[in-house]
Amino acid sequence: MSQIDENHLTTASAGGAPDPGIEAHRPAHAANGAAGNRASAGGATPLQRDAARTIFEKGAPGRRAFVAPALDVPQVDVSELLPDRFRRAEPPRLPEVSEPEIVRHYVGISKRNFDLDSGFYPLGSCTMKHNPRLHERVAALPGHARLHPLQDPERAQGALELMWNLQQALAEIAGLPHVSLQPSAGSHGELAGVLMTRAYHEDRGETRHKVLTPDTSHGTNPATVTMAGLEVVKLATNADGGIDLDDLRAKTDGDVACLMLTNPNTLGVFDPNIAEIAEIVHGVGATLYYDGANLNAVMGLSRPGDMGFDIVHFNLHKSFTQPHGGGGPGSGPIAVSERIAPFLPRPLVVRRDQSGAAAGNGAARTAVFDLERDGERSIGRLRGFQGNYGCFVRAYAYICSLGADGLRDASETAVLNANYLLARLREKHVAEYLPLAYGELCMHEFVLSGGPMKRELQIKTLDLAKRLLDFGFHPPTVYFPLLVDEALMVEPTETETKETLDAFADAIAEILSEAAEDPEIARNAPYTTPVRRLDEVAAAKRPVIRQAPG
Amino acid sequence: LSRYTATTDADLDAMLKAIGVDSVQEIFDRQIPEAVRLGRALNLPDGLPEQEVYEHLRALAARNTSAEDELTFMGAGMYDHYVPALIDMLTERSEFLTPYTPYQPEISQGGLQVMFEYQTAISELTALPVSNASVYEGPSAVAAAGYLAKLHNGRRRLVISAGVHPHSIETLRTQAHGYGMDVVEVPLSGSHLTDERAWRAAIDEDTSAAIFAQPNFYGAVEDAQALSAAAKQAAGDGAGAGGGGAAPVVIAQVDPVVLGILKPPGECGVDVAVGEGQSLGNRLDFGGPSFGFFAAREEYLRRMPGRIAGETTDVDGRRGFVLTLQTREQHIRRDKATSNICTAQALNALAGVVYLTWLGRRGLVELGELLLARTHYARERLAGLEGVEKLHDQPVIREFAVRLDADVAAVRRRCAQQGVNPGVDLQALTGRAEDRGGLLVAITERRSRADIDRLAEVLEQAVAAERDPAVADDPAVAQKTVAA
Repeated sequence: MSQIDENHLTTASAGGAPDPGIEAHRPAHAANGAAGNRASAGGATPLQRDAARTIFEKGAPGRRAFVAPALDVPQVDVSELLPDRFRRAEPPRLPEVSEPEIVRHYVGISKRNFDLDSGFYPLGSCTMKHNPRLHERVAALPGHARLHPLQDPERAQGALELMWNLQQALAEIAGLPHVSLQPSAGSHGELAGVLMTRAYHEDRGETRHKVLTPDTSHGTNPATVTMAGLEVVKLATNADGGIDLDDLRAKTDGDVACLMLTNPNTLGVFDPNIAEIAEIVHGVGATLYYDGANLNAVMGLSRPGDMGFDIVHFNLHKSFTQPHGGGGPGSGPIAVSERIAPFLPRPLVVRRDQSGAAAGNGAARTAVFDLERDGERSIGRLRGFQGNYGCFVRAYAYICSLGADGLRDASETAVLNANYLLARLREKHVAEYLPLAYGELCMHEFVLSGGPMKRELQIKTLDLAKRLLDFGFHPPTVYFPLLVDEALMVEPTETETKETLDAFADAIAEILSEAAEDPEIARNAPYTTPVRRLDEVAAAKRPVIRQAPG
Repeated sequence: LSRYTATTDADLDAMLKAIGVDSVQEIFDRQIPEAVRLGRALNLPDGLPEQEVYEHLRALAARNTSAEDELTFMGAGMYDHYVPALIDMLTERSEFLTPYTPYQPEISQGGLQVMFEYQTAISELTALPVSNASVYEGPSAVAAAGYLAKLHNGRRRLVISAGVHPHSIETLRTQAHGYGMDVVEVPLSGSHLTDERAWRAAIDEDTSAAIFAQPNFYGAVEDAQALSAAAKQAAGDGAGAGGGGAAPVVIAQVDPVVLGILKPPGECGVDVAVGEGQSLGNRLDFGGPSFGFFAAREEYLRRMPGRIAGETTDVDGRRGFVLTLQTREQHIRRDKATSNICTAQALNALAGVVYLTWLGRRGLVELGELLLARTHYARERLAGLEGVEKLHDQPVIREFAVRLDADVAAVRRRCAQQGVNPGVDLQALTGRAEDRGGLLVAITERRSRADIDRLAEVLEQAVAAERDPAVADDPAVAQKTVAA
């Protein structure tokens, strides 16, 4: 701990109470409701006073939470079973703590997190919609939670049927007939998609090197392309926020394997030229890949397959409300067209209809579900076993709850909420400082540019985001997409009430008027969070990424 | 009005008015060309109330035979360890369950500190100085390590022992084909250890990484030090001819739960240790979600995939945590990123670090010793049965393999009828001819001596029945065989 202790000493002397100037600029109604969370000067909050201590700094030698079952088999000297040269000399320095200490420690640090159940979380491109607790309950049923992944298919029929049903539902939502649930997250689904594209071209005796991605794409797209051994070619964005068709035409040739696209894209813009884009890409024999991060805008309203996409990945943790877990688990199933289907990863869940006789009972036809392991042209396996089944249970429960109408309603409401929030921000004159980057309306999210705010009010998007923390909101995504100056990307989702959207618009307006008076307030924010702005440069320069042995 | 949305008719009117449109439909019509609008309802069933969804999912669960329903000895990558109740309680807390990646560190200190503690625990476990905050799971972690090796030395060959889990080898092949590397599999010797001569011979100056598993897929404890040393030496041998001569990256897929008693990879010359974290406080969940861990020597830090939490201070000098070294990552570096991974397994890694804390310094050793003793007992007990022999004699810790003198699938079916799942059919999983008759048996702390005795009894009966159909048909004879 020596290193960091030194840091503490050197920086602590410069610290102390928040900027005393804040007191004067405190909103007049700061004591009311959510506003109570705002800047208050004169000393630290209780959470701030409670300095972070890790579990490795707690406990005492000899304490324990685990009691091993008694040794009920004949005692044999350990050295006889495991020769000394294979044995660990010193046990790992894990904590020595009692159960109550563990619970108090983790409950304590959990309170240093903001979470979706506590407040509005309009993080663009992440679809932070409500996570129904029903899903946790059904996923925890022992028949799901304690099912071994190698259980014989005939004794895992419920699980396989669930996976089959989910595949069918996702296929219908995507408008593409074949689904693999295997990928572990969106980025893993992308990798599957690009590898399948490669395999498709190789199968036709072609080697293609280039993958087109717009400059608005998620960073995972280009990173995936490189991992799949292909080369990224960037496409320009036109004045309406869609793909620049001239640039696309110029760059689309016989060496292009694929175009990766998000639609609506990361600007919240649905590309109206999608049919033409598909035609251009298909015209040279390339495939069209749909990054499903923004599927929440179009469920039951428009389908990637009908737009001409060949491959789609879903983010079950976004559109289908699998909880985000602080950064996972995710799940990234893929749906593909007929021509890509032979290359899907294995194993695949298949349904075989047996006649009554074969099934050994009186029923006329019985569906039997199985795992298909063979596939001559398959890209192979992307991970162990069948995928993140626990996420499938939750996503499937969600689809069962909503049904066809409910899914469409979810997307309609998500788009309604985004447009309403945008309208509210206009009404409150926020748009003068934070104009919509592209278009008039938006889909399920929108991107504002903080450029004018920075110039006229001397606060950056980062400052606005940090000040929002004092107002009890999770900030939107910031500085993405990269081509928008001082970008602020807002995705309210369908599960928020109008009142919440109003309160958020009010908060932004208030922060701007506060900045007009004194930009230092936002520049030094936040004030009320467990810690204030952190030194990320120092963290990267001299990385301390584990507790030093003490 | 669906139960997860809240827009009343009055809200809707006010909202549409504010937007300046007449209907929600108009918002879509103005943005989505008619040609790509669906124009019909999705062909899906109607939505159901919560209680009916519960019943449907419960009915599906009831059609699975879980570890709750039978006495299971299945392992081969995922294991039926006990998950302490406090893990359920903590992972279900809203504060851990419902946020996303800690992009705003000021309000994400809980999650970031968990990552920091997790990294510390994994470092301690593996005796390697750096760990990331998790990757997806075990086999894809092996493939991710292969990609790290490529970025590190730019060579073309990945040498992997046949003792690595077949899913890991397959996953490595899938992804290596993408990033343009050849995968060379080194066979096992007759004693079910990585064949050291073949291992040495396979590693040349164009070998980027040498990969083995500890313990290996057949449960055998490998001589990890010897394999690491041989890999480094083999590269040295080839150095004269090939020029470069720097050693390949030595990668081990390790079983974390036995690292209380087994020499850790960091003390065996391993450069990168990866593995499946399910054993550490995560449910079976029919294969996921669990987490993969990824630890390495310091020189690989800036090529690691995934999130890494680091310690720092805030403007007032308070200790805090942030995501660090982000210039490795896709959202900054895009096509030059060290990996495309972003969302990984934070919640599962939380379960992992809570589990390791629950076990504690001594508990991890005690658990390892218990597994060692019971596994030894089980192996000797089964090997003493008629028609059952050990597949190999190597030390084993919590999993071992036997060979049955009978059809494994048929024996497993017979056992299932008695409520016992005796383990994994080796050949069905590996597809290797030499694995015919092989049964891979896993022992967790949930399997008592009485359970093991019950397994022996049922397995003996089943093997006998398969070897002599007459026995199977005559309950009296079957009874006698058991008694004998």
